[in-house]
This record gives sequence, C-alpha cells and structure tokens, in this order.
Amino acid sequence: MISVLFFAELQETSGRDKVTVEADGVSVNELKSRLASTYELPHLGHAMIAVNEEYSQEDTVVNSGDVVAFIPPVSGG
Amino acid sequence: MMAKNYWITEEPIDPGDCIEKVVRNEAGAVNTFIGTVREFTKGKRTLFLEYQAYVPMAEKKLAQIGNEIKEKWGNAHVAIVHRIGRLEITDIAVAIAVSTPHRADAFDASRYAIERIKEIVPIWKKEHWEDGTKWIGDQQENTSYDTRIPSEEEMRDD
Repeated sequence: MISVLFFAELQETSGRDKVTVEADGVSVNELKSRLASTYELPHLGHAMIAVNEEYSQEDTVVNSGDVVAFIPPVSGG
Repeated sequence: MMAKNYWITEEPIDPGDCIEKVVRNEAGAVNTFIGTVREFTKGKRTLFLEYQAYVPMAEKKLAQIGNEIKEKWGNAHVAIVHRIGRLEITDIAVAIAVSTPHRADAFDASRYAIERIKEIVPIWKKEHWEDGTKWIGDQQENTSYDTRIPSEEEMRDD
C-alpha cells in the first residue's frame, strides 16, 4: 500500500489530503495517471513529486510503504 | 524555543529566536530577512493569507538551504522559521538569520535563502481577496501549472 499526499489546490480539488493506493513496484508516472483519472485532477501532471520527502523523477519506482507527495508549484516566503 | 535551526510553526514568529541561534564569537555580522504579509499586490487588496506546508519535508528543505549556504559561503550559521495557518496583513511569514565573519557574506547568503525558499520548499499560500480565493502557484503570481515544472537541479542558480 502506497500513501499519497495532496496539498494546496490539489487537496481542495480532490477533497482529500491523503489517500492510499494498493500498488507495489509502480513508477510515479503510472501512479500519477491512475490518480489523475480517479480523482479528476487535470493539474496533477504539473506537480513535482516527492517520494519519502525527497524530490524524485517520474520514472522512480515506488513500493508498498512509500509516501508519495504531489507538490504543486510552491509559493512560500 | 525550538531546539532546531529550521522549523515550521503555527505561532507568531519572533525573529529574535532566529538571531539567537546564529550569534557567536566568530561572527561580525548577523543579517536578517523578514517576510511579511502585504496588503496590496498590483492594486488588489489581500484580506489575509493562509499558508500550508508539507511540514517534515519543508523542514528538511530549509535545512538543505542552510547546508547549501555553508557550502557556498563557508563560515556561515543559518536559522530559518516559516509560519503556516492564517496570517493577517503585516504578520511575519518567514524569518531568516545568517551570521558570518564579515557582512557581505551575511547579506548575500540571506538573499540566497529567501530565493531558494521560493523555489524548493513545499509551502503554499492561499490568497483571500474580497472577491475570491486562490492557491498561488509561484511568486510571480502567474501560476505555472500550464508550463513544465523544472526539476530541483534545474532550479539551482549556481
């Protein structure tokens, strides 16, 4: 099971801050397209992705137990 | 006061907390940057802001910025705090303190810190205006959802 976190606009659009996905050994890209259709998140493709609190690439493979966060463009400061 | 030098808080920020963490015998300069909530942006009135963070990762990324500063300027001590939750006009959103032996490095490094925060730290602000709200995509206020997001490496300016 993979934990997925949404923030900011993605959180509001999906109505969720955290979901779990039954998957193991999938690329973050694959996970992204699965979530984009399940939760109707057209902007998901433009978010950066963090795996276990570190920015990752789209071909990074995630496994059960990993935490995947979708990071929309940041606006701190 | 927090034991760490890089932290996210829901409480009002006292910049003195950052300064205290970097003052030391070797330093001849402590430079601080304080980011506050602005009422008007391009003529549009902000009522208040709401900040959200991916807290554990945001604290890690603030610490990474501190390490980048130490790599670039050598003898520098850094402390950074960012507030989340609802912030009113003039409230402090972020405070940075950098101490170095000489002033030029402290000025440059604190500038570097705030620019990096706007690039890599997972913190978002939501504008609340009289006529609506919006999660802001970037500091230029032209949300970059419609363009490709650069990787963290591409965002480095060194």
